[in-house]
Amino acid sequence: MMDYKQIQDLIKLVSKSELSEIRLKDGDFELTIRNKNYVKGSNAIASSVIAAPAVMPQVASAPVPAPASVSAPAAKADIEIAKKDEAKTDANLVEVRSPIVGTFYRSPSPDKPAFVQVGDSISIGSVVCIVEAMKLFNEIESEVSGKIVKVLVEEASPVEYDQVLFLVDPAG
Amino acid sequence: MFKKVLIANRGEIALRVIRTCKEMGIKTVAVYSTADKDSLHVRFADEAVCIGPPSSAESYLSITKIMAAVEITNADAIHPGYGFLSENADFAEVCEEYGIKFIGPTASMIKRMGDKITAKETMVAAKVPVVPGSDGQVKTVKEGLKIAQKIGYPVILKATAGGGGKGMRIVKNEEEFEEQLDKAQMEAAASFGNDAMYLEKFVEEPRHVEIQIIGDQFGKVIHLSERDCSIQRRHQKLVEEAPSPFLDQKLREKMGRAAIKAGKAIKYEGVGTVEFLVDKHKKFYFMEMNTRIQVEHPVTEEVIHIDLIKEQIKVAAGEKLSGKSYYPTMHAIECRINAEDPYHNFRPNPGHIHSFHSPKGHGVRVDTHVYAGYSVPPYYDSMIAKLICKAETREECIKKMQRALDEFIVEGIKTTIPFHKQLMKDEKFLSGDVTTKFLEDFDLKPQ
Repeated sequence: MMDYKQIQDLIKLVSKSELSEIRLKDGDFELTIRNKNYVKGSNAIASSVIAAPAVMPQVASAPVPAPASVSAPAAKADIEIAKKDEAKTDANLVEVRSPIVGTFYRSPSPDKPAFVQVGDSISIGSVVCIVEAMKLFNEIESEVSGKIVKVLVEEASPVEYDQVLFLVDPAG
Repeated sequence: MFKKVLIANRGEIALRVIRTCKEMGIKTVAVYSTADKDSLHVRFADEAVCIGPPSSAESYLSITKIMAAVEITNADAIHPGYGFLSENADFAEVCEEYGIKFIGPTASMIKRMGDKITAKETMVAAKVPVVPGSDGQVKTVKEGLKIAQKIGYPVILKATAGGGGKGMRIVKNEEEFEEQLDKAQMEAAASFGNDAMYLEKFVEEPRHVEIQIIGDQFGKVIHLSERDCSIQRRHQKLVEEAPSPFLDQKLREKMGRAAIKAGKAIKYEGVGTVEFLVDKHKKFYFMEMNTRIQVEHPVTEEVIHIDLIKEQIKVAAGEKLSGKSYYPTMHAIECRINAEDPYHNFRPNPGHIHSFHSPKGHGVRVDTHVYAGYSVPPYYDSMIAKLICKAETREECIKKMQRALDEFIVEGIKTTIPFHKQLMKDEKFLSGDVTTKFLEDFDLKPQ
């Protein structure tokens, strides 16, 4: 199993090199690193790993406990390690931001249900929450329509101007 | 003492306050508009709250947003800095209602000194010399002519709600009185929505000399001597110095006593500045009072060894002044460095600063919020730094300022540094013979 520093070194390597992807497998441990040259679904990947022998010595210098899998390029690289893919999927979502400073509440009052839950559909003008400031309860209306995917703020916590409150899928 | 202070301001003054609070063990909250998210004051404060979009009206001038920020951070005091809401009586009142200490005077003190006619009346009652003029508003041309006749031409018409040099007209003689009154009123109505005018004797070639005062909550008022701010362009100060090259100790003490009388007349609390006009006969007249910390406060700090922000916070927290007044023991000069092009009528020049090297060394102080890589936003005032030098004598101080200006590198935007460099070599300035007319005859030479 590689340690964190070794993975960091590998990442630096990939980003500086002409390689678009490296995949490693060692027993249960699998690691895939891609940089911006990576083209999804390209079959050239496996071959470019083979075809770039210049990389091998460098990789070897960041000691990999199972060098056999790297120098045996025929090894089928499989799936990537669980990486947080949030950044990729979040790109399609629209943010609902706070237009004022105050305290965020999900329901009109403590005994009533929340204005919206994850999965609810909203339209333009739907009240999604309350932001309270100086005893004034301001209903925040959505400027987009779609489905609530995420609630980013905890009940009764402070929010500032422009802070993201909800993520909405406009296609939902 | 306060536990947490929210600074309702930005730029160099916000940094200034944050630094002193840190030294005093007080936690700080910065508020900022989205245009200021990379600003130093945001980074140096313990907490920061984004309160609005770039426009001042929707951020730094928004009482509700600032109070909301106070609420969610549990600050127990607000420092308003200068400009923005610092002399807004409504803001001070809202703070009072919410039990948050406004670090400054009370709302009623601000109101009294904010209205120029009321301020003058208060001074007359306190026997502080004022520029002779109308007792209040001039309502008709006939009334105005009569008063002007009595006090003698030239006279100046001023808007009671005025500021920044607007709504003012000089009247040289009886013949042009009505015409100038009309023009002044139109400008006042357009700029302030209020065309009420008052009349004063026009003090010729005056010096602008202001006295720094501090008042505590127990009726004590002290002074910290003067600053000479005669170098102004369109009524905006560019250079300030202490002591004034024109004052002798006798006049200094006289003006100091008058300033204390002014403060006591309204039981003033906090730091404040009483501005006077001084004519060539060494007669001085009350002009106005600023009920806040001023941009040029470092000049006094350097010649009197004092932290004015600290004193301001201490009196706000209820500490007592000793009652002693202070006199300068050194000489200091401040140059305001603005993001403006002095070769094109000082037009504002916001933009990206890619190189920034501020002067350092013995006797050099730079108060700035700017750094290499910072973008000066176009939404706010153009001042990017204050360069303050201090030395034993005025002559040495000027030499130090020349040296410091030569070291000051700002690349990416135009600044007023070339203007200050030329000014610090100007014969008239070197001789100390400077009145508020000085810049009218000043010719900026190409580099």
